[in-house]
Parts: sequence; structure tokens; C-alpha cells
Amino acid sequence: MNDTQKFPVKKVNIICAKGAIEDVYATLVLGNGAVMEGIETNIFFTFFGLDAIMKKRMDKLHTGVVGNPALRLPGGMRMPTLLGVIPGMEAFTSGMMMSEMAKLDIPPVSEFLDLITAGGGKIYACKLAMDMFKVKKEDLTEHVIDILTVGEFYALAGGEGSQIIFT
Amino acid sequence: MAQKTYAGVTVDVNEEGYFTNPLQWTKEIAVEIAKEEGIVLTDQHFAIMEFLRNRFNSGDALSIRSINHSGVIDVKTFYHLFPGAPLKKATKIAGIPKPASCI
Repeated sequence: MNDTQKFPVKKVNIICAKGAIEDVYATLVLGNGAVMEGIETNIFFTFFGLDAIMKKRMDKLHTGVVGNPALRLPGGMRMPTLLGVIPGMEAFTSGMMMSEMAKLDIPPVSEFLDLITAGGGKIYACKLAMDMFKVKKEDLTEHVIDILTVGEFYALAGGEGSQIIFT
Repeated sequence: MAQKTYAGVTVDVNEEGYFTNPLQWTKEIAVEIAKEEGIVLTDQHFAIMEFLRNRFNSGDALSIRSINHSGVIDVKTFYHLFPGAPLKKATKIAGIPKPASCI
């Protein structure tokens, strides 16, 4: 038996602190993938990541079109930063990204959270960020099972074979 | 390529135990593989495995999301029927290759 078999990842604790499509989806794909592998999964949404668990915002995420040097136009040319300031460009680009993801059977955020929680994955919100952004419990989706302090999050993350991932 | 014998039939499998020839699969064989995984198969198990096999045969990708659109069971029940890693276990028992899907 080699080391990867002897010491498997038993639990992942993923922190999502940003609210752009690519940040949130990195979290959701990692989280859902862990659940699918039978790994215990906790996902902690904080700061701008809270958008992904707010009922009114979760399925309307955007991606940044300014200051994103990896963003390309269809055809592969880099998107000039100046184009990003055209009104509607961000919404247009975000819509394109979402439709490309839908083609790969990647679900909208709310449905992704349905899949994760159906498999036993747990979703948490950060107390401090909620206080800071004046977010109330009723603004959050029902997928969220608890609001935690950072200390409570670390307590949750304990155990052999447990990993903390910051996306 | 490895071989295994289930219910008196010798079948071709890969190193992880997944069928390399789905045509060799029978329901009797499925019962034996399930036993190895600690699962006792019910009609619900067979119904969702039939969905997975049909989807595989028509070349569609297998994802956890597709289970919700199966009309057979929802994802929560799927996790309950094949505890742990449901898509991996279900495809193994259903005699089709391990899905190369991230979702």
C-alpha cells in the first residue's frame, strides 16, 4: 500500500471568499467532487463569497471583465481592458460563460448546492462577513445549515486526513 | 487486462474492477459485484443502473446531475442507495466503465 492509499483525504473544508463566477464554481466543483468521492465536505462562504449563498444573488453571479488578463475573446485574442468598460460587457461575458458551462452539464449555483447537500455536503456562512455586509439569515439560501465564527470553522475542520482549501 | 468470475461467468475487468466489455454484464453478475461492495440490490438499484447503462450506450456523459433528470430517483436517494461514492459504485455494479466526469 502506498502513501496516497494509506493516508487518503477524508475531509475537505473549502473556503470561498470571492464572488465571481470562476471563484464560486471552483469551490462548487471541488466541493461536489469531494462529496461524489465519499469525502466529508464542509464549505464556508465568507466576504464576497456570500453572494453565492444569497437567495437573490446566487444565480446572477458575474465574472470580472476589467483587470482580468486571462480573459479572451471568442477566437482566442486577449480582451482589451478598455472593452471591459463598455456598458453591458460584464453581463454579456458572464452570460457567455454560464452558457458554455451549461453545455458541459454544469448546473446553476442553486442546483449545484442542491447536489452537494443531497450527498451530505454542508454549507456554512461566515458571521463576521454577514455583520460587515449587513446580510441577514433570511437573505441566505436554505442550503446553509449554520453561521460560524472563524474559531468554529477551525473546530469543524479538525481530524486526521482533513484538509483546508482556500479557493 | 484482468478477469474476474461472478456467478460462474468469467468477465474482463480493468485494474479497478470496472467492466471493459459491458456486454458481458448480467443481473446475476450485478448481484455478486454489489455483494463485494456491501450492497443488497433492490428494484430501485436496477432501475437506476438501467438508466446509467442506457445513457452510456447512447454515448451521453454520466454525471451526478443527470441522475436528477433520470425520472427514476433523485440524487439524495442515489447517495442513499450507493453509499459513499455513488456514481463510481453504481457504474461498477452496472458493468460500465468508470465515468471520467468531474461533476
